[in-house]
Amino acid sequence: MDIAEELLKGNRLALSRAITAIENEYDEATEIMKKLYPHTGHAYVLGITGPPGAGKSTLSDKIAREYRAQGKTVGIIAVDPTSPFTGGAILGDRIRMNGLTLDEGVFIRSMGTRGSLGGLSHKTADAVKAMDAFGKDIIIVETVGVGQSEVDIVKAADTTMVVLIPGMGDDIQAIKAGILEIGDLYCINKSDLDGADKLVREINMMLDLDSLMTDWRPPITKVVASQNEGIAELLGTVDKHRTYIEGNGELAKRRTKRTRDEMLDILSSNIGSYIKSKIVDSGRLDGYVEQIKQHKTDPYTVIGEVMGEMLK
Amino acid sequence: MSNEKIQAELAKYEASVEKAIARFPERDHLPEKRLYTPIDIKDTDYADEISFPGVYPYTRGVQPTMYRGRFWTMRMYAGFSTAEESNKRYRMLIENGATGLSCAFDLPTQIGYDSTDPISEGEVGKVGVAIDSLADMETLFDQIDLGKVSTSMTINAPASVLLAMYIAVAEKQGVPADQLRGTIQNDILKEYAARGTYIFPPRPSMRLITNIFEYCSKNVPKWNTISISGYHIREAGSTAAQEIAFTIADGIAYCEAAIKAGLKIDDFAGRRSFFWNAHNNVLEEVAKFRASRRIWAKVMKERFHAQNDKSMKLRFHTQTAGSMLTAQQPNNNIVRVALQTAAAVMGGTQSLHTNSRDEALALPTQESVTIALRTQQIVAYESGLADVIDPLAGSYYVESMTNRIEAEAWDYIKKIDDLGGAVAAIEKGYIQKEIQDSAYKWQMDVESGARTIVGVNKFQMEEEPPKGLLKVDEAVGERQKAKVEAMKAKRDNEAVKAALADLKKACQDENENLMPHILAAVKTYATLGEICNVMREVFGEYEAHVSL
Amino acid sequence: MEKKIRVLVAKPGLDGHDRGAKVVARALRDAGFEVIYTGLRQTPEQIAEAALQEDVNVVAMSILSGAHGHLFPKVVELLHKNGMNDVLIIGGGVIPEGDIPALKEAGVAEVFTPGTPTGDVVKFINEHVKL
Repeated sequence: MDIAEELLKGNRLALSRAITAIENEYDEATEIMKKLYPHTGHAYVLGITGPPGAGKSTLSDKIAREYRAQGKTVGIIAVDPTSPFTGGAILGDRIRMNGLTLDEGVFIRSMGTRGSLGGLSHKTADAVKAMDAFGKDIIIVETVGVGQSEVDIVKAADTTMVVLIPGMGDDIQAIKAGILEIGDLYCINKSDLDGADKLVREINMMLDLDSLMTDWRPPITKVVASQNEGIAELLGTVDKHRTYIEGNGELAKRRTKRTRDEMLDILSSNIGSYIKSKIVDSGRLDGYVEQIKQHKTDPYTVIGEVMGEMLK
Repeated sequence: MSNEKIQAELAKYEASVEKAIARFPERDHLPEKRLYTPIDIKDTDYADEISFPGVYPYTRGVQPTMYRGRFWTMRMYAGFSTAEESNKRYRMLIENGATGLSCAFDLPTQIGYDSTDPISEGEVGKVGVAIDSLADMETLFDQIDLGKVSTSMTINAPASVLLAMYIAVAEKQGVPADQLRGTIQNDILKEYAARGTYIFPPRPSMRLITNIFEYCSKNVPKWNTISISGYHIREAGSTAAQEIAFTIADGIAYCEAAIKAGLKIDDFAGRRSFFWNAHNNVLEEVAKFRASRRIWAKVMKERFHAQNDKSMKLRFHTQTAGSMLTAQQPNNNIVRVALQTAAAVMGGTQSLHTNSRDEALALPTQESVTIALRTQQIVAYESGLADVIDPLAGSYYVESMTNRIEAEAWDYIKKIDDLGGAVAAIEKGYIQKEIQDSAYKWQMDVESGARTIVGVNKFQMEEEPPKGLLKVDEAVGERQKAKVEAMKAKRDNEAVKAALADLKKACQDENENLMPHILAAVKTYATLGEICNVMREVFGEYEAHVSL
Repeated sequence: MEKKIRVLVAKPGLDGHDRGAKVVARALRDAGFEVIYTGLRQTPEQIAEAALQEDVNVVAMSILSGAHGHLFPKVVELLHKNGMNDVLIIGGGVIPEGDIPALKEAGVAEVFTPGTPTGDVVKFINEHVKL
């Protein structure tokens, strides 16, 4: 089947195959994306991140249900880490969203981080575009906020939500350094547990110290996702943020930056694979290395030669 | 011989072992320690830790004479497609002198769905009898005097509803509730942790359980209100120590919930029993049973300050390990079950179900069930194992292993306390993860050959597919559906509606005991599914915590 | 290109015995597959739809209640209806030998009974999966 054409007609299997092509870097992915691109730009992208155990999937489930109640269609991309040792992964986020599986207005896709060096954010961005072209109104991208590439993914969202839970003790200190500053919104999940208010105070203190703060002060919302408590209020803050960044041109700026980053990303990845095919796979690299080892030449000279040849 | 002397002799022995091993290396994958001596139990105080049968801490058994008085109850769990079929079988059993019945329910019943629900498709009557309403319960116990039999029901999430139906049938027979004897499993925590037939989230489930405790202590005083089960935890892959630790942690949670609801420990503690697995390693299992009694006695005395001896006694039912049956060379399972039976008996069980050889392939045939029952009878009458009390006490190995399992279990119980108790530990996925890790390790040990399973990874042979397996009639589902529809057409639907509305209101008031409301609803012939759906509306449904 | 074998591990029906499904899920992960685990009580419709959304190469189902004869063929039928004709469908659990020919006839590629080493499942998938 013509995947792009079928996808645009609303064929769910085509959307699924398109994401596979993107994920597996099939050659046809580029053609698919070319055809889909004119149809993108309508969806609003919500990034959700937080430490393991924060209940992100349950939260995504409840957020999706709330959007569905508002009549909006939802796409969800749930990213889970791939084991660096075996290359395998258990993608277990879906289990919290089983109730959405048969809702035709929802499409859920699980992705492993796999081994790709920086390619993940590019792949996720393209998967988002595929869902966007398919016609989803809201696209939720959910990742564990541990690695830099996961953080990059959610940073590329229109609105980024950081989910935390009480009782993480000193962990919050470590998390602060990594993901805390990227939130447009903060969500305290499992807020029926002891320590929720303390966590709110800590985040507020951190925000007070943020010298780069614009006139948007990230709101902090307490929810109990498993009980569906506070979800409507949480989405209220998403809408508020959306209105705010649409009004002051920030959304346009974010999307411009995103396009720019994507361009650079694709460019450097293509150049990288071009060089790899010319130099590494042909065995030339090993020859250079041998010569350098014998001090017949040096890396700088070799690179000069190679660059000259490539960029001719 | 003094301990010093033994120590010196032991050193000599170890030296000689070194030489022997040089010539005859030991087998791989053995436990590290090869020999147990009085040194291993020198700190075990007989009076405090072992003591006498029927005496605290009951390590040697809960009754003073154990099987010298009478054997354990040989109780075979069984379930049959429809209420009519099961009723026939029960009446046959009673005519042959049985005084105890054990009901297995099908999965829709266990999860509170009617046979007519689309989700029940393919499952009706498969692993047990389908009960949709009081009408089915009346058929199930037709011409059976509920004042005379004791009935064990393997039912958990909707235990309150099935118990209410039982009470209602008895009332129709003219048998007052305070004459009823039997057991409901009613152990929801292990459903979350291991068995999977849960409905509601933990908190409302704990309320239902506490409501049953309270209601029965006043109205059905001879009823055993809970059977706290480690069996399924072990089946899910736990170790022996984990089996008793997680189960006792569940038991603690039930006590705490009941006390919080205003009950007194000695008012309900005596009506609880436990349910253990009898696994392959005979001596480890005996040690496990002994350790479990000792831990529970200490928990009840020291933690809950129980006064009544009965509250401190851990009485238990045992089932041989279903997960240890192999599909390969199924007759070998007869031998496995015999060894597991020996462990249960030497461990002092109060009742026992033995699995049939063909259960890794299908539901058992009548012939297989008979062999399984005969296995118990051979152990009882021929083996001599039941002739003296706690025959393995004093074995350096068994006493030492009893101590080790006890210590390991206490470590887990402490860890679960630190997490906020069993409910919190389950909500955090801790217990599930521990069980899964043990299950995975077991499987990897089998696959690497570190653990041998005869016929599976050693001594395999080509086999003919086994013949004569039991097949459940696929038409049962359709028949049961038709019955439910017919019943619904006959009943007073206004009365049903009113009863369900009343139940809903009661669910919303946390201080209300739900049992009388459920009883009123079942009497209108409201279905199990209708009643559970009302509770689903108010309580929500449990979402499993899975972390692989 | 970075192809990965994607496997949906699902428990159709109502039985809660997921020891086998979980052990297999872990073993498949350790064999380098991407495993989407959907947990207990999945209807055939849910399984087929999840398989479609995840574009898996393999659907692995486990059942111990005896409802396999009804539920496995139903899943196969729905997968095919979704246009997923190449997906490898395998089953496991307490399944009598006598029932297996009918399941294979219905489109289940292989049935693994208790005692099967997880390595056999990995091997079977590697040999039969269509990427």
